[in-house]
This record gives sequence, structure tokens and C-alpha cells, in this order.
Amino acid sequence: MDDLYREVIIEHYKNPAYRGKLDPHDISFADNNPLCGDHIQIDLRVGTDGTVTDARFDGHGCAISQASADLLIESIIGKPLEEVKKLNKDSVLELLGIELGPVRLKCALLSLKVLKAGVYGLGEAGDDLVE
Amino acid sequence: MFVNFHSESPLTINSMTLNITEIRKDFPILQRETRAGIRLTYLDSTATSQKPSSVIQAMDDYYRQSNANIHRGVHTLAEEATAMYESAREKIAKFINAESARQVIYTRNTTESINLVAYSWARANLKQGDLVILTEMEHHSNLVPWHMLQTERGIELEFIPVTEDGLLDLETYKALLDRRPKLVSFTHMSNVLGTINPAAEMIRLAHDAGAITLVDGAQSVPHLKVDVQSLDADFYAFSAHKMCGPTGIGALYGKAALLESMPPFLGGGDMIKEVKLRSFRPNTLPHKFEAGTPAIAEAVGFGAAVDYLNGIGMDNIAAHEHEITEYALERLEEIPGVKVFGPSADKKGGVAAFTLVGVHPHDVAQILDRDGIAVRAGHHCAQPLHEKFGIPATSRASFYLYNTKEEVDLLVNGIYKVKEMFG
Ligand SMILES: Cc1ncc(COP(=O)(O)O)c(C=O)c1O
Repeated sequence: MDDLYREVIIEHYKNPAYRGKLDPHDISFADNNPLCGDHIQIDLRVGTDGTVTDARFDGHGCAISQASADLLIESIIGKPLEEVKKLNKDSVLELLGIELGPVRLKCALLSLKVLKAGVYGLGEAGDDLVE
Repeated sequence: MFVNFHSESPLTINSMTLNITEIRKDFPILQRETRAGIRLTYLDSTATSQKPSSVIQAMDDYYRQSNANIHRGVHTLAEEATAMYESAREKIAKFINAESARQVIYTRNTTESINLVAYSWARANLKQGDLVILTEMEHHSNLVPWHMLQTERGIELEFIPVTEDGLLDLETYKALLDRRPKLVSFTHMSNVLGTINPAAEMIRLAHDAGAITLVDGAQSVPHLKVDVQSLDADFYAFSAHKMCGPTGIGALYGKAALLESMPPFLGGGDMIKEVKLRSFRPNTLPHKFEAGTPAIAEAVGFGAAVDYLNGIGMDNIAAHEHEITEYALERLEEIPGVKVFGPSADKKGGVAAFTLVGVHPHDVAQILDRDGIAVRAGHHCAQPLHEKFGIPATSRASFYLYNTKEEVDLLVNGIYKVKEMFG
């Protein structure tokens, strides 16, 4: 709990490397966390071989949600979409390097839900995507 | 028949202000630590209040001594349980100065009370094009039932605007009334801004325009002396859990003629006078609206909560909260980067919703929690209001009879810590 606000998290929150939008893009999706109104949009460019060539996120939310989005985007650039599809809750927690209670877990997983809903071409970012 | 009701809890109260040290002893949870060496500072009573021992004890006694299903039974326990359930209703009716206990319908909470009006009264009385006036500061529970009716019936909705300083714009309200609304439904006290709306005046204006009124009293009944007759409210909704009572029970007050004219809400046992294979006759008030086995222990706890609040005195509670709120606003506004929403202390109850520049409210709440300070973060079920102020969320500290100025100081110190971390 006490390293919830580890320096890396505050650093990624205050100075995110991948905040922004991509125009043009191949995939774009956005959704909210209904609990707190956090909002995340993710844009992807995908190469002909199916790897993510570039990605950005935009939106607003708490340090956990924004830092995990930044870390997530960093981790998927250069990866094949097939691998992105396999990411789950544990992948995000590993990136953050912290443990989270049920409420803050929703903040941390919003970006992954949005990412996967976009990759799968779904209309909504459901909880089942990150189990 | 003898039923052992709980006596009002003994309290030492100074003549002008409350003896908070004594009051805090009534609330066992306030003695706990949230982690080793860190005592709870509970500043989230707007979401739900803590419960005094007398309420917990009354429910415990009920289960240990008198538990039975109510009505119809003739055995001793059934009689006791029925008497306890109904006597709590009488206490609640007196507490809000209802004409009679049969005008107090038990529900699960404020939300269900409002839905009861939307399903029963509104579906019987509103048709396409009819106007319902709400306000921009409503809790989702007084928005969504009307959105649903709008979809189903094609009713129209208009909203009394909220001004920059968190008050209702009554001039616009008066202009809206020229359109002859059928219903005006508004919150007596905002759970975000703390604004205490001029309910009596708003009801009078609505009645002059021929409208029925529904007041969301979720925040007012716990904190102010509410008199439904002097307000002349047609419907008044509130929850036990915000006024020292248990979760799972609330009430809807209604004028007798209105309640009598309304069709039942849920169908089933208890709400009937007579059932044939192909038909039924509804029961009289209040039972017409109470289908199935209700929350009996919770009703007993609700009654004990009313006893407890009466023992302290609603005027004393309001005066104490005013003092704390004034102090809290003063201290919070001293902090660079903090912005508190809502009107000045003289126009509001014990709520301080605020933002801190550069830090999301969730992070504020989470860091305060390390020091045992419980505040809420989010849109507090009032998303449109937050949108109006152009912010996704706020942190909210709220105060009740057991809070102290020392706790406000802890909050302020905590916010300085947050600033340091995000510096
Ligand atoms: C102003 C207001 N109205 C309605 C409600 C809903 O109360 P309940 O959840 O008990 O139905 C609340 C509770 O947060 C409130 O503050």
C-alpha cells in the first residue's frame, strides 16, 4: 500500500511520455470508468505484419489510471496485436509494481480495457476483457 | 402487551454547543484504528453516517428477543415485532411532523422512495408532453427515474440552473413555472455543494402554478429540523442510513389524499386487503405500498436513530455542524490550489467538496486514507453538476454531530502532505 505512490507512478502521471493522439490511426477507442468518470482514449497504428508501430493515450483521471496507461502504451509499441490480446490484469499490475484494492484496480485496468476493446473492435470496454 | 423499547441514550449536552467527547463515545466505530496507531477520522457522513450503540443495540435486541414476521401473526413474538415496527413508524412520522404515521411508507432508501412516486403517482398522472421540473444539482436518484419516464412516456424535463456560487436560480425557476409543470422535484440539500435550498418558498411557488412537489430529503432530514407540514411538501423522501440508522430502510412521506389516490407500486403479500384468483383489493395506507416481508429489524433501528437524534436535538446538531463547516471552509480556502465548491457557510450544510490543482481527487482521498482520514472522491452521484462546473470529480469532506475542529485540522494537514507528494 505504501508504495502506491512510488516515484515512477507520480513521474508517469506528471510527465507521461505517450500522452496524445494519433492522426491518422488504424484503431481508436475510448471509454469511461463509471465509478469516477475517468476517461481514456487510445489510438494505435498497426503495421502490415500486425505489430503495433505507434500508440498514444489521452484522457483524464487519477495518478494510477494515467500512469498505468502510459506504462501500458510504452509496453505495447513494437508488439504484435496477437500478444496485446493476451495482456491481462497481471500484466498491468506487473508494470505498476504495486498491489491494489478492488476500487483502485478499476482505475489501473481502464486503459487495458480500452485497448483490448479497440483491438477486438468491440463497442464497449467490459470487465471480462481483463480477467 | 409489553414491549421493551429502547430509552433515549444518556448524553451530557452543554447548553449551547454539544459535548462532542461524550457523543463520540456513543459511536463505537469512531474508536477504531484504520491501521496501527492511526485512529479513524470519519469525514464521509454525507455518503452514510456512523451508527450509535443505541441503534446497534436496538436491532440486536430485536433479533435476540422479538424476531417474528409482522402482521397476521397472533403469537407473542409476532405481536411484539409488529408493535416495534409500527411504533418506529410513529416516531419517524413525529420526527418530520407528518400528520399521521400512515403517511409514512417504509422503503429501502431515498432512491426507492423517489422511484415509488415515479412508478405509482407519475405513471398514473403524467402523459406525453407533461413537464417535470428538476434542478441541475440533483443526485442521480432524482434524475434517472425521470429520464426513464421521459423515454417511456415522452414527458418533458426542465432544470432549474445552479449559479456560479452554488445556489438555485429562482428567477429562472419562476419563469419555468409559467409553463405549468405537473411536478417539481428537487433536493432540499445538495450532497455536493451543501446548498440548503429554500424548500418552503419553492413549494409555495410550485403550488401556485398547480404543480405537485417531491422533495429529496436524503441530506436534510439527518442535519436539519424538517417539518413536512410547514413546508407543505406533497412528497418527501429520505434514508435511515444517513441519519444514524441502518442501511436497507428509508421512508416516503406523502399527503394522505395523494397516497390514497395512487395505485400500488409492488404487488404481493401485505399490500392487499383481499385476493381472489383473478383479482385483488389493495390494503389501506401505509400497507398498500409495502409488499412482502419488510426490513423489520431495520425499521426498529430507524426508530432508535430518531430517538437518538431527538435526544441530542436537531437544532443543536445543526448549530454544531454550522460551526464546524464555517471553520472547515476557512481553513480549506487558506490552502493554495484548493477550491471549495458551493455557497458560503451560512447557506449550506456540513459539506465541503473541493479540488486541488494538479492532483486527481482519487489520489487526494487515497493519500488522506493513510492518515485514517475518510473522505469521498468522485462525482458523488451528481455527474451533471460536476459537468456544469467543468470538473470530472471532487474530493468531499462532510461533517456530522460527532466531528470536531481537530478533525478539520487533520484534514488540512493531510492535504498539505498530498501537495508535497505531488509537488
Ligand atoms: C441528495 C441525495 N439524494 C439521494 C441520495 C440517495 O440516497 P440512497 O442511496 O440512500 O437512496 C443521496 C445519497 O447519497 C443524496 O445525497
